[in-house]
Amino acid sequence: MTDTQWQVFEVFHQPVRGEPHVHVGSVHAPDAETAILMAKEQFARRQACVNIWVVRADAITATTYEDADIFEHGTDKSYREAFGYETTKRAKAVGDSAEL
Amino acid sequence: MVQPTRERLNDQPGDPGFEENLAKFEARVARGDKVEPGDWMPDAYRQQLIRLIHVHANSEICGALPEGTWIPHAPSLKRKMALVAKVQDEVGHGQLLYRAAETLGKSREEMIDELIEGKAKYSNVFHYPAETWADVCVIAWLIDAAAIVNQKMMAEGSYGPYARALKRICYEEAFHLTHGYDMCISMATGTKLQRDMLQDAVNRWWKPIMMFHGPSDKESKHTELLMRWRIKLKTNDAQRQEFLVKYLPKMFNLGLTVPAEWDLKFDEKTRTWTYNEPDWDEFVHVVRGNGPVSAQRLETRRLSHEHGRWVREALAAAASGRRVPMPN
Ligand SMILES: [Fe+2]
Ligand SMILES: [Fe+2]
Repeated sequence: MTDTQWQVFEVFHQPVRGEPHVHVGSVHAPDAETAILMAKEQFARRQACVNIWVVRADAITATTYEDADIFEHGTDKSYREAFGYETTKRAKAVGDSAEL
Repeated sequence: MVQPTRERLNDQPGDPGFEENLAKFEARVARGDKVEPGDWMPDAYRQQLIRLIHVHANSEICGALPEGTWIPHAPSLKRKMALVAKVQDEVGHGQLLYRAAETLGKSREEMIDELIEGKAKYSNVFHYPAETWADVCVIAWLIDAAAIVNQKMMAEGSYGPYARALKRICYEEAFHLTHGYDMCISMATGTKLQRDMLQDAVNRWWKPIMMFHGPSDKESKHTELLMRWRIKLKTNDAQRQEFLVKYLPKMFNLGLTVPAEWDLKFDEKTRTWTYNEPDWDEFVHVVRGNGPVSAQRLETRRLSHEHGRWVREALAAAASGRRVPMPN
């Protein structure tokens, strides 16, 4: 028997318009159109869903967990964040008390 | 996701670096970190998970068989629609679980074939017949309840894809449990004939239910390792106890009794139930395919796989741009 091992499609669903698509799982299917059908049956039987994406799993390139250190920050990156600044205080000092 | 690499490097005792990797792995798991496909894991962890998830998936598929048989005989349209939905959920659970097991390196096809060929196990309870509508009620309430105790625990386990699949499954099981309890309340508050039918079903199902969570901790050989690797978080006996503590009072409340031979007694001091130990040799005999309807179950499963073949062939042909003749 060699008729059930179709390719794998990763499934992303969007619960409401405007929200991001979220990965929910994967299905086997012979093509993308059938993958949509399978994904609808498997992941949208009752929870809200307005849109589904399916992507061939082998089209996804991913980092490995062993290389997770590439995301680590070697230096202080607070200059990239709003919280890294005391500008509210400084703005007040120059006479601006309105919201930044 | 890209499938994990198949070179299982140094994941067995004696391999270079194994002890060091194992210590790191166990420390991670003990911290509550999830293991993901492609991560280093001991081969025994991989094999134990494949075995467990495969049996779990098969049980979802085989569990749909006794319930599916009763769809045409449901007593009302509402019950019929709910039963159809439940059966669809169970088959969906099977598919989610086969996908989770695949991330460990065993193909869905292999798992489906092994079940049909009688080489793979499934839950002991589905080796027994569903003789009346009351059996459907007892399965949907008590067996789903027992399964939920197990699945909620496994959903906290260390393997990411299995835990994620189980979270989704547990969400749907909440409907199964409510639907099952609702059916049992209808029967228990119905005519004498209905009440007797329900009690009769409980009497016949109690033994398989007592065995559902698997052999006692004294007999279970894998428990210690499975718990250390956080594949399992509770022993079989602890799960059985959790089920009894929660559901026996609900059963008694409906006027149901449990066969006297089990000698179930509540120990006020320990807040646990004591009972006569099930015959674990019988359990092993049944799950090896020697239960009252094991042969019929597999035959139904095989037939349904065969009956679906033309659909799979048509889909595959359509995907490759060919047109195929439909069967008449
Ligand atoms: Fe299920
Ligand atoms: Fe269920």
